[in-house]
Amino acid sequence: MTAVAATEPRRMRASLTLSVGIVLVGLHVVVALLTLVWTPYDPAGMAGGRLEGPSLAHWAGTDRLGRDLFTQIMIGSRIALTVGAGAVGIGALIGVTLGILAAFATRFLDDVLAAAFDILIAFPTLLLAMLVVAATDSASLFSAILALGLAISAIVGRLTRILAKRVLEMDYITAARTAGTSWAGIVFIHLLPNIWPTLLVNFALQFGLAVIAEASLSYLGLGAPPPNASWGRLLQEAQGTVYTAPFGAIAPGLALVTLVIGMNMLADGLRDIGDPTRRRSR
Amino acid sequence: MLFILLRLLPGDPASSLISVGADPEQIAAARRQVGSDLPLFEQFIHFLSSLVRLDLGTSFVSRAPVLEEVLTRLTLTIPLTLLSFALAIAVAVPLGIVAAVKADKWYGAAISVVSQLGIAIPVFWVGILLVTLFAVNLRLLPSGGFPPQGWGDPVAALRALTLPIATIAIVMAASLLRYVRSATLDVLGSDYLRTARALGAGFSESLVRHGIRNGAVPVVSILGIELATALLGAVVIERVFALPGLGSMLLLAIEQRDYPNVQGVLFISTLLVLLIGFFADLAQRFIDPRLRDPHGSVQK
Repeated sequence: MTAVAATEPRRMRASLTLSVGIVLVGLHVVVALLTLVWTPYDPAGMAGGRLEGPSLAHWAGTDRLGRDLFTQIMIGSRIALTVGAGAVGIGALIGVTLGILAAFATRFLDDVLAAAFDILIAFPTLLLAMLVVAATDSASLFSAILALGLAISAIVGRLTRILAKRVLEMDYITAARTAGTSWAGIVFIHLLPNIWPTLLVNFALQFGLAVIAEASLSYLGLGAPPPNASWGRLLQEAQGTVYTAPFGAIAPGLALVTLVIGMNMLADGLRDIGDPTRRRSR
Repeated sequence: MLFILLRLLPGDPASSLISVGADPEQIAAARRQVGSDLPLFEQFIHFLSSLVRLDLGTSFVSRAPVLEEVLTRLTLTIPLTLLSFALAIAVAVPLGIVAAVKADKWYGAAISVVSQLGIAIPVFWVGILLVTLFAVNLRLLPSGGFPPQGWGDPVAALRALTLPIATIAIVMAASLLRYVRSATLDVLGSDYLRTARALGAGFSESLVRHGIRNGAVPVVSILGIELATALLGAVVIERVFALPGLGSMLLLAIEQRDYPNVQGVLFISTLLVLLIGFFADLAQRFIDPRLRDPHGSVQK
């Protein structure tokens, strides 16, 4: 039927989306790893005149202290990836655990966990992050990661719970139980492999959102303190000099957008491959 | 509703009060001042009772009553949020429907791609870009600030709010558009629409008569979340444009460790967020009678 004919172009488009996503994200990963051993200039030292425009020597110009902006943007990649990975890691660990627990648990515990997820989700991430930063008293990379991780854990938790419940209703789970498979066996052999693809797509999406949220936090001065060149802080500093050096307010944003779009495309591509029956409706 | 609210808040004032980053003398003084030298439980009771009286305390720094300050600042934040919200809906709903109906045309696809871009961009960067374009290069609009006389000078006030509103609306419209588009696609693929067409209704007539009500349900629940996000987006945007709203009050309070102010702003914004959620629920029930009685016979 027509569905068969439509499968090929869609799969090609999916793999194209996925490839572009992988290239964009991969680029940031390579740059981030590179900054661990080498940067074009000393990130803390004067590399040229103040507020220079883009040139061959300084691809993104220099900031108000004469530091090379491109170097700082490269380091920003590292910060963004650290925050994204950390937040998604925390979120996944807590979320998947609680979600599976809820799916297995008694009615009461399930209701409590489900309500907790819903409340946390209704609560805007940024506000939650500000709360954590205000409560921990000092803005650090870790408090940002923790706050974003908590927000993500609720989203992941709700998704895991729904997915797990759907799988647990299947006949093969009943069969496994009858055959005497242990609780842990059901989770690791039957449940996780079945819900993993969907969760992975969600992780990629959350990764992008975490990167945006971290940039917003550091833009507000609530993120990682100065030695960490977060894109949000670079943008905030550049805004003060936007009349003399507008390019500084553009370049870090471009870096951020390429990473987030890369992550979103990665998620889209993974979803289309993982579930070929899904109509492209987004 | 209130129950959820009370469960949400207590953790915050307690933990934020304990950690005052200052020398011991100041800590002791601050503690006496806010009563955090009392046992936790007593604090909690005290906190609850003052909340009930809507007494949010007075600021450590300015000695002004918190509630008064919050209300003053809301006169900026609420119009900012609502106007952005209205603009976003006005842009997103028609474009979203077009993007779905004309998905096979180039402009339908283009709308979708642009909205994809829109969700990957942080709101404050859009703000900075708009400032660069309209305030720095074209010099059409102010880059920030708010007239000191506030709404006493409506033209200046609106000019000051134009870029902030546009900023929030652009980002919000992008994400809203995606939901409108997928809701419309669902409606387009539905049996009842085909039936209506088969019964002789025109395409746009059947879409208007049957599609809007059905398509609106998921969109309205998203609207609630979006409105809450817009309120919080205002925090960031007020910083971008140096507007004296609720968001800048919160940031200043966090910087100055002015806990009554932090707590007051968080309390009011949480209250607003929960209220928005509540009204979104009500609106959904109003649109779709099937949601009114979850145990009824006509369950979805």
